Amino acid sequence: MPIRSRIVWSVVGWVVVLLFFFPVLWMWLESLKTEPQAASSPPTFFFVPTLSTFQEVLSGDFPPFFINSAIASIVSTLLVLVLGLPAAYALAIRPVKRTQDFLFFFISTRFLPFAASLVPLYLLARDLQLLDNILALVLIYTTINLPLGVWLLRSFLLEIPPDLFEAARVDGASFRHEIFRIVVPLISPGLAATSLICLIFSWNEFFYAVNFTSSVAATTPIFLVGFISGRGLFYAKLAAAATVSSLPVLMAGWIAQKQLIRGLTMGAVK
Amino acid sequence: MNIPGSSILRSVAGSGGARDSAASISRREAWARRLPLLPAFIYVFLVTQIPFVLTIYYSFFSWNLLKPGSFRFSGLDNYSGLITDESTRIAVWNTVLLTVSVIAISVILGTGVAMLLNSEVFGKGLMRTLMIAPFLIMPTAGALIWKHTLLNPLYGLLPWLLTPFGLGRIDFVGQAPMVTVVTVEVWRWTPFMMLIILAGLQSQNPEVLEAARVDGANAFQAFRRITLPLVRPFIELGALLGSLFVVQTFDSIYVLTAGGPGEDTTNIPYRLYIVAFQGFSIGQASAIGVVAVIVTIIVATFALRTLFTIFQVEARR
Repeated sequence: MPIRSRIVWSVVGWVVVLLFFFPVLWMWLESLKTEPQAASSPPTFFFVPTLSTFQEVLSGDFPPFFINSAIASIVSTLLVLVLGLPAAYALAIRPVKRTQDFLFFFISTRFLPFAASLVPLYLLARDLQLLDNILALVLIYTTINLPLGVWLLRSFLLEIPPDLFEAARVDGASFRHEIFRIVVPLISPGLAATSLICLIFSWNEFFYAVNFTSSVAATTPIFLVGFISGRGLFYAKLAAAATVSSLPVLMAGWIAQKQLIRGLTMGAVK
Repeated sequence: MNIPGSSILRSVAGSGGARDSAASISRREAWARRLPLLPAFIYVFLVTQIPFVLTIYYSFFSWNLLKPGSFRFSGLDNYSGLITDESTRIAVWNTVLLTVSVIAISVILGTGVAMLLNSEVFGKGLMRTLMIAPFLIMPTAGALIWKHTLLNPLYGLLPWLLTPFGLGRIDFVGQAPMVTVVTVEVWRWTPFMMLIILAGLQSQNPEVLEAARVDGANAFQAFRRITLPLVRPFIELGALLGSLFVVQTFDSIYVLTAGGPGEDTTNIPYRLYIVAFQGFSIGQASAIGVVAVIVTIIVATFALRTLFTIFQVEARR
């Protein structure tokens, strides 16, 4: 590409990218303002950044919501790995009969709209006293993410050379030995990709959280939408809370960009 | 089912079959193989299939949670209620409108950005990093930032920027609610499309394009005849996965418009939320659930097929 058109396209590209990134940047800027600066007319562009809003958010009633999000995401992700890895093994290394049917069963449940099972799940959670209990969210997020996990882990398992398993089997290795000595060390990128994708979906999840929790087990998105009414509109505080809430997934996604595409496409695009 | 975009998924599901043939194995061995699969299978089956059957069952009953003892068989009343109820028609229409426009626009924008990032621009890595941020940001957080700090008629940045153009302080959420929802969703899904399409572009052999250029093809011809056919499966995959997510949009509607004004932005998930959790009409909500499943299948097949007929016609020209 000649240097002139390279410059032109670079400028075009950066304008487009910055347009998309701007709301995120603006969120950060607002979070560093004082409350009057954040809700001023005209908007404030030059100001002395302050972390006082963050201090206020983190010392207020926000942390329990954050902890609930962490519990729901981390525990459900671990459950996906524990249940998903053996299932992926049974669909890749020593495949069961009708492997394809099982794969399509899993993926069809991922894309069944939540409307299909919401009401019975709600009634069940009510009868089991699981409403406003973080366990309900853990179980639901595990259900949402398990089909993705099975597909994704399977795509990584298929990349392990079959000879390794042959050799292990000749030595009389057990299933547990195969999992812990061969599979886990070799597909650590796969485990990372799966964890990342589960973390994104469960951390950001709102629909079940808003309907199945109220106060004790409420997660960070519930805290955020509280700004719509209850707490009144404090822009700087809202922006600071939104920044902190988005940080774990943003960081994880940025660090593991390569795993992101593979995860989002269930292993189809590498 | 022959859904566009499923070809890549099917090739993934089909691969590896020959690795260790499952054809001639003993029954004992078959069960030994099945054992690791069972916990995940049973778990997913219990939590998704049984509730779905119950949803269908409840949809034939009239039942309001707030009225004890109101549980009674009502046949197809819930469904005939849905058909005559204008709210349902509005919700179905809004769901289709939202899904089709968000997917179409974000595919087009995503293709454009992916092509920019695939060319020799300066700072590609950083551009890509910044570009995926909207997809990673918590959807409720993103929607709140849009609504209150960017679009608020009094303090928002955008109405202030547009004041010199004589547009006054536009109230985007109030005056163009659907456009606002679509904009925020496009902002979120364009990076998703970009990532998948960029992966497709990067799998392209640059020498083929070079050869086409040597043969006198201009940039547009090269794109239509060489690049587009190659990335089409990736576009289809992105659109398929994206539409299955967008059809369930709830967060941004809840935050931006609460389904309003009136029912102008109420889609099926939001309607279900209102009926189930504001009205506590279990039977009616279940009927909506069944309709949602049907609409999801229709959106995933027909709307996408239409979209890709356009692509195919384009590619053939």
